Amino acid sequence: MIPAAFDYTVAENAEHAIQLLGEYGDEAKLLAGGHSLIPMMKFRLAAPTQLIDVARISDLSYIRQENGQVAIGAMTKHAELETNDVIAAACPILGHVASLVGDPSVRHRGTLGGTIAHSDPASDLPAAVLALGGTIVARGPNGQREIAATDFFTGYFESVLAPDEMIVEVKVPANTGGWNYQKFNRRAQDWAIVGVAVADGGKGVALVNMGSTPLRATAVEAALAGGGSVADAAELAAEGAVPPVDNNADASYRTHLAQVLTRRALEAAS
Amino acid sequence: MQVSMTVNGDSHSRDVEPRTLLVHHIREGVGLTGTNIGCDTSSCGACTVHVGGQSVKSCTMLAVQAEGESITTIEGLAETARADGIATGEQNWHPMQEAFQQCHALQCGYCTPGMVMAATSFLKENPTPTEAEIREGLEGNLCRCTGYHNIVKAVQSAAEGAS
Repeated sequence: MIPAAFDYTVAENAEHAIQLLGEYGDEAKLLAGGHSLIPMMKFRLAAPTQLIDVARISDLSYIRQENGQVAIGAMTKHAELETNDVIAAACPILGHVASLVGDPSVRHRGTLGGTIAHSDPASDLPAAVLALGGTIVARGPNGQREIAATDFFTGYFESVLAPDEMIVEVKVPANTGGWNYQKFNRRAQDWAIVGVAVADGGKGVALVNMGSTPLRATAVEAALAGGGSVADAAELAAEGAVPPVDNNADASYRTHLAQVLTRRALEAAS
Repeated sequence: MQVSMTVNGDSHSRDVEPRTLLVHHIREGVGLTGTNIGCDTSSCGACTVHVGGQSVKSCTMLAVQAEGESITTIEGLAETARADGIATGEQNWHPMQEAFQQCHALQCGYCTPGMVMAATSFLKENPTPTEAEIREGLEGNLCRCTGYHNIVKAVQSAAEGAS
């Protein structure tokens, strides 16, 4: 399978990418690792006529700890998150979740900024960033803005990113509080049928593939904050969620999975 | 557009359409057909090559994304081993190729180039893996002859030989 024809331009830096986005408008897509976009283009689910390659912007690939936060450049690859010492020491959940994305070859190419921008509710890392209470830094023609991860995702493959904006950084609080990630799938390298990320001993709980966006399990967080037991809180995992129905699972199965996985994740994190 | 890369040590500069996949460029442009196309959806790993020394599924990368990169395919792997002084066996192959032969780690052989390329990349990152780590390290590569058991043994054998 070969994608529909497109033109290809390499962006020299973030400003250049944003300028190109402005020039090409709706027909353009940013290309990072390409491991979500290229498959969609091969299936002709996406047919942008202009690709702007941002993967070569090397100054957007970094991991540094500053002021109690870990700042991660948008072009940082999953394989780097997986093996980075700063991540291991300051927010180990991110490295662990990164190590469960796809397979090693996919992780050599996929980027954190790319997976956040792609906004697939079945992806692992967006939920980890949500559970950690992270922030997405987006740059556009009028400068930079910070978006709380809880406000970022708006629907299936949709976010608040404007057409002429790109993600330049993801920030998460340095947090080594109790954490766990439960990913349930039937085959190696598949997306999670349901996933649950728990950060900070249960203060942050986020769900994978339980709706049109990655979701905070706010009812679980509130029950735990109010002194509820793990078992009781986990029962509320799917509250307010509208789980998708597909070949793998119907809504009731996903609801049950969310409850069980949330309980397991909370037990492991506490 | 013009794309230049090094494949198995040789420079190749060709005119490609931007939508040309790296695997098609390697097979049809460069003319090296050892890299197979299996699922064409980045699931099976038959098309695995090394880009800058790391395993990549070449069906999910554009040739233009490999501009300036150094690519190694199955055809060039033994030569890298000879250059590193680690080639082994009667054929003077890469130790992973030798281990695949010794352990009968293939039946039909279709997945083998990708398996060998994924396994060599994996051992660079984890030179002393457990059996479970080998299985996880190869999770992106499918063998439909159900030959995983001997493939895992081959990777173990190659790891032990190198340590």
